Amino acid sequence: MTLDSRIPSGPLQQKWDKFKADQKLINPANKRKYKILVVGTGLAGSSAAASLAELGYQVETFCFQDSPRRAHSIAAQGGINAAKNYQNDGDSIWRLFYDTIKGGDFRSREANVYRLAQVSVNIIDHCVALGVPFAREYGGLLDNRSFGGAQVSRTFYCRGQTGQQLLLGAYSTLSRQIGAGRVKSHPRCNMQDLVVVDGKAKGIIVRDLKTGKLETHMGDAVVLATGGYGPVFYLSTNAMGCNVTATYRAHRRGAYFANPCFTQIHPTCIPVTGDHQSKLTLMSESLRNDGRIWVPKNPGDKRSPEQIPDSERDYFLERKYPSFGNLAPRDISSRAAKEACDAGRGVGEGGRGVYLDFSDAIKRLGDKLIKERYGNLFDMYHHITNENPYKTPMRIYPAVHYCMGGLWVDYHLMSNIPGLFVLGEANFSDHGANRLGASALMQGLADGYFIAPYTISNYLASTKPGEYSTDSQEAKQTLADVQDRINKILNIHGKRSPMSFHRELGKVVWDYCGMARSKQSLDTALKRIPEIREEFWRNVSVPGSGDSFNQGLEYALRVSDFLEFAELLAEDAMAREESCGAHFREEYQTEDGEAKRNDAEYAYVSAWEYKGPGNKPQLHKENLSFENVHLAVRSYK
Amino acid sequence: MNLTLKVWRQSGPNDKGSFEIYQAKNIVPDMSFLEMLDVVNDELMANGKEPISFDHDCREGICGSCSLVINGRAHGPTRGTTCQTYMRNFYDGQVIVIEPWRAKAFPVIKDLSCDRSAFDRIIQSGGYVSANVGGAPDGNAMPIPKVNSDRAMDAAECIGCGACVAACKNASAMLFVSAKVTHLGLLPQGQPERAARVQKMVSQMDQEGFGACTNQYECEAACPKSIPADFIARMNCDYLSASVTPKQ
Repeated sequence: MTLDSRIPSGPLQQKWDKFKADQKLINPANKRKYKILVVGTGLAGSSAAASLAELGYQVETFCFQDSPRRAHSIAAQGGINAAKNYQNDGDSIWRLFYDTIKGGDFRSREANVYRLAQVSVNIIDHCVALGVPFAREYGGLLDNRSFGGAQVSRTFYCRGQTGQQLLLGAYSTLSRQIGAGRVKSHPRCNMQDLVVVDGKAKGIIVRDLKTGKLETHMGDAVVLATGGYGPVFYLSTNAMGCNVTATYRAHRRGAYFANPCFTQIHPTCIPVTGDHQSKLTLMSESLRNDGRIWVPKNPGDKRSPEQIPDSERDYFLERKYPSFGNLAPRDISSRAAKEACDAGRGVGEGGRGVYLDFSDAIKRLGDKLIKERYGNLFDMYHHITNENPYKTPMRIYPAVHYCMGGLWVDYHLMSNIPGLFVLGEANFSDHGANRLGASALMQGLADGYFIAPYTISNYLASTKPGEYSTDSQEAKQTLADVQDRINKILNIHGKRSPMSFHRELGKVVWDYCGMARSKQSLDTALKRIPEIREEFWRNVSVPGSGDSFNQGLEYALRVSDFLEFAELLAEDAMAREESCGAHFREEYQTEDGEAKRNDAEYAYVSAWEYKGPGNKPQLHKENLSFENVHLAVRSYK
Repeated sequence: MNLTLKVWRQSGPNDKGSFEIYQAKNIVPDMSFLEMLDVVNDELMANGKEPISFDHDCREGICGSCSLVINGRAHGPTRGTTCQTYMRNFYDGQVIVIEPWRAKAFPVIKDLSCDRSAFDRIIQSGGYVSANVGGAPDGNAMPIPKVNSDRAMDAAECIGCGACVAACKNASAMLFVSAKVTHLGLLPQGQPERAARVQKMVSQMDQEGFGACTNQYECEAACPKSIPADFIARMNCDYLSASVTPKQ
């Protein structure tokens, strides 16, 4: 199968308008005959479900949490980008597009990114209309702040809880549709598989987590907005429930998985303190607006930070990247922190940490203003570490945060399986090899509010409604496959908990396929992952039954998918013999340690096809052509 | 540190349920409360026993999933959510009693997990602005005084965990409902539906079986986001004025 990205012809600036002008429409009275299944209720899922219901489609939503409001979009802190140019500082749609393409190290599609920048302005307007309480200036107008990888202030925010407020906005509009009977919501339901009928996505199998019952739901189109796969590393800033199951199961049914090795390591997280840890906590990138990052100049300097004079500190981001300083993009900042710690200059227990110091900002602006800007983040840090960041610098270290990779989609956000749409973090489309801060919220809402309602309508317009049945052979077979897998896992009766396997897997993926990768380390990962998986299927212990509320079983099923997916991730990292964005292959770097891209051979999207258990996946390439931007060396110096 | 846990175990909604005792060994003070429970569950599972069920997800105090009553206090001894409660706040040898939220409107599903879908239904009854995608004016078309938008944000910070209900002797949800009523009621976008909203939400709250407020302020003390009980007064005021405005 060849990958057709279905990008409209014509100049970049007119592609989305051209799509809308050419798209097929469905008469309002006929819309209600179509049913759309939306899996995941984060920013992308909730906003898509609500917008599709507003148009008149029958919509059903599914989420594993106990309420749609709890999806992990809620944890995003810093903000959402939009090319409003309210600050009069030279922003424009073009500039947001260019920053995002460059930030992604030229591994994303021009057309998708340009559309994202175009609709960014509508997102802010719509969210304000929904009552999202964005931060404002004294004159009553919207406030902005700066974020990494940009030299303009275009980030809108709600204190340190922007994701929460945007999600609650989307949740409220979804709730309105649920209350009106236009959306049926299925909380505490975990998607287990995708039903493909005659090559088209027509349904899903879910496990009702409250009762353990497996259910088949069929519809005219399926939307996956199920987020990223960060917990394949075990420790990440993701929620405990974030998982790869929905996208990986769709992959096993034929959907191509794109760029799985592009995983973002966020530079500002609270460092690991011990083996007991279950998650890492992010400290918003917005802190880098006022905080200065440094380590002692001399390796092994054990003095407390206050005792180290300025002349003996290395403000390494300001030194290496003077034009962006502490606001250098995430991949670059993370690697610089790792480099400092590898050189023995790290701080805190274990030496895996760098200082994020607010003393200059506090001197300049005062406690009160700092509290207003970052109060909840400072409190959170204080609470977790028992250290007061108003008095002593924060200690931070990079941690897994976001997945740029995801299911392959075309310009319509449809995967290679017709009828299967993939939105938000679950797709691969807009961030290339590295995502800029405050762009995930923008993409989730762009996909859900402003893109999918058009492209899904266009798909449905050439589909006859109601052509599916839960009694079809395909639906029954998929259900039976899911049941078999659950029975198999319950009947192992081994000696190890699912968590112990998850930890072991995560350590392998982090150590050998984390912030830096090499052929050698990836060889180790590709050897170790199947060994862990083999032991899992022989020795995992999952007590209880399948037909009841069983959190141990839920978890074991997710871990089993991570165990397969991890191998795909390592394969992709192995196949991409260049360094770009978050993917840093040690063999490919410049003399001063920067990522060395290979545009001649690797300016493509890797899309992997599943070839059955035990077989190597097949690589398909979607070549990226850059007609509007010049492929430059990405410099933030 | 080593601790003795008395944990509520209940196999399903119709089971009577009872406390069971577990030992949590080699607990590190830097662990979160839920990481301590992970240790216990890990051992239970490795020995073929069913783990203790409890709701949790983000583990950074924002999703509102976690919901444990620890030694009689919703979310435990410190301000903040259960997931942001650290073992350094307990002492070696302590006996810790762990229960689910207890309220008629929050039936127990299993062990420490309860069903809080009543909150969703309250929001579905009117906790929104009815604005479809597509027709919004420019974000700066309507300036909003900073003091109002900041106050609206204070209210909007509610994470919907239900600690207010768990802490209230009447199992009242008025702090939760008033937070949403206040958030939207303070903003110009929320004005057209302001009267109808408060009436619908209060009516749904009553139908779900939540109790009334008798001004004990336990909700405010338990709220991990410090939502003030003043909002309840504001909601009562809105409710009263809604009763004398023409029905929509």
